[in-house]
Amino acid sequence: MKVTLKVWRQENAAAQGAMHTYELDGVSSDMSFLEMLDLLNEQLVTNGEEPVAFDSDCREGICGMCSLMINGQAHGPEVTTTCQLHMRSFNDGDTITIEPWRAEPFPVLKDLVVDRSAFDRIIQAGGYISANTGSAPEANSVPAPRDKAMRAFNVATCIGCGACVAACPNGSASLFLGAKITHLGELPQGQPERWSRVVDMVGQHDHEGFGGCTNIGECAAACPKEIPLDVISQLNKDLRTALKNGH
Amino acid sequence: MAVSGLLFIGFVLGHMYGNLKAFAGEDSFNEYAHHLRELGEPMLPHEGFLWIMRVGLIVAVIVHIACAAILASRAAKARPVKYVAKKNVGSSISSRTMRWGGVTILVFIVWHLLNFTIVKINPSNGDTGGSNPYALVVDTFDLWWMTVIYLLAMVALGLHLHHGTFSSLQTLGLTNSATSRARARAAGWVVAIVVAGGFSLVPLSVLVGIIEK
Repeated sequence: MKVTLKVWRQENAAAQGAMHTYELDGVSSDMSFLEMLDLLNEQLVTNGEEPVAFDSDCREGICGMCSLMINGQAHGPEVTTTCQLHMRSFNDGDTITIEPWRAEPFPVLKDLVVDRSAFDRIIQAGGYISANTGSAPEANSVPAPRDKAMRAFNVATCIGCGACVAACPNGSASLFLGAKITHLGELPQGQPERWSRVVDMVGQHDHEGFGGCTNIGECAAACPKEIPLDVISQLNKDLRTALKNGH
Repeated sequence: MAVSGLLFIGFVLGHMYGNLKAFAGEDSFNEYAHHLRELGEPMLPHEGFLWIMRVGLIVAVIVHIACAAILASRAAKARPVKYVAKKNVGSSISSRTMRWGGVTILVFIVWHLLNFTIVKINPSNGDTGGSNPYALVVDTFDLWWMTVIYLLAMVALGLHLHHGTFSSLQTLGLTNSATSRARARAAGWVVAIVVAGGFSLVPLSVLVGIIEK
């Protein structure tokens, strides 16, 4: 396969970036998208150019480190992470546009790498539970209703990649927030901090400069873990309850 | 945003019901319009009910626009650098046209009030005025371009209600499961079609001659 790549290049956070076009030959349809970028970087290094910086870690779709806006879609055209996207999803001769996540709270550090520590600060604001350390408690000592446990586990699959923010026309992280609120709020262990959690996490989200949610739904469509839109309703419900109770 | 929006949904449903009185004839329609002014008397002063509604709606409009302005400004600040390529795959046209659609509806409301409430835009040259609202309706929609303006406004309103109904229920935290979310989406369709369709019936009927003086 031969592809034309239009890639955002930016020297550092302070520099002005621009789209650069590269021709890349010898791409196999079995390559993952990131392996294709590795091939591009080999070609760039051979030609004495600076390789394209991009984030990746596990390359098996579970760590949330990879990102990339590919042809206008977060993580590309398939419902998965960029590392699990393969070149068979593209055709020979395609032009592929690759951009970093675009959001004020996700500043570009270099090329396609953005700083997502805003998510860490949101988690620090309330995305935790109080648990005694020491030996593990008896597993069945805290019963959790099956439907609530299933919902919590389903949304606990959020890997914090930021695709929801990248896809949202408002630049809102409400799907991420909703996933965390639902995950911890559905389980008995999450109850002690339930109401302060939602207020603190939403406060930090707004403080970081993320946009407000207008329920458009691009986030859920872009989420590689298929977190459903109803977590945002849960977020709103919990926030309403918390504010009503004076938190 | 959600609460003021739900108030508007209640208002347009009531307003649409009143408009359909045009099918019951001139007397019935004018009687209804007259009764709106007397509603609540003698507990309320003349036009008291109307003024309560007007004040409530004006407050709701201000709240609604203020919320929209805050959301739009937050969205602009959250993404100062736009994408070169951006696809929309999970959203309806209605959800993406809320801001411009809302502005369109606001402009239409000003036109509509000048036309029917303040009666500055009067196609029958002041003969009918506010004393015979039925005649004003028929004179207005006998003009094809007036009907076109109103029908276009109903397209904008239908789109706005389609997303707005769902969005308000989601914002109020009432769509916590896939089923309730599907119901809220369906409610959006029903409200949009009933309101935009119901409002469109009268102008179309005047234009084709089903309703006449």
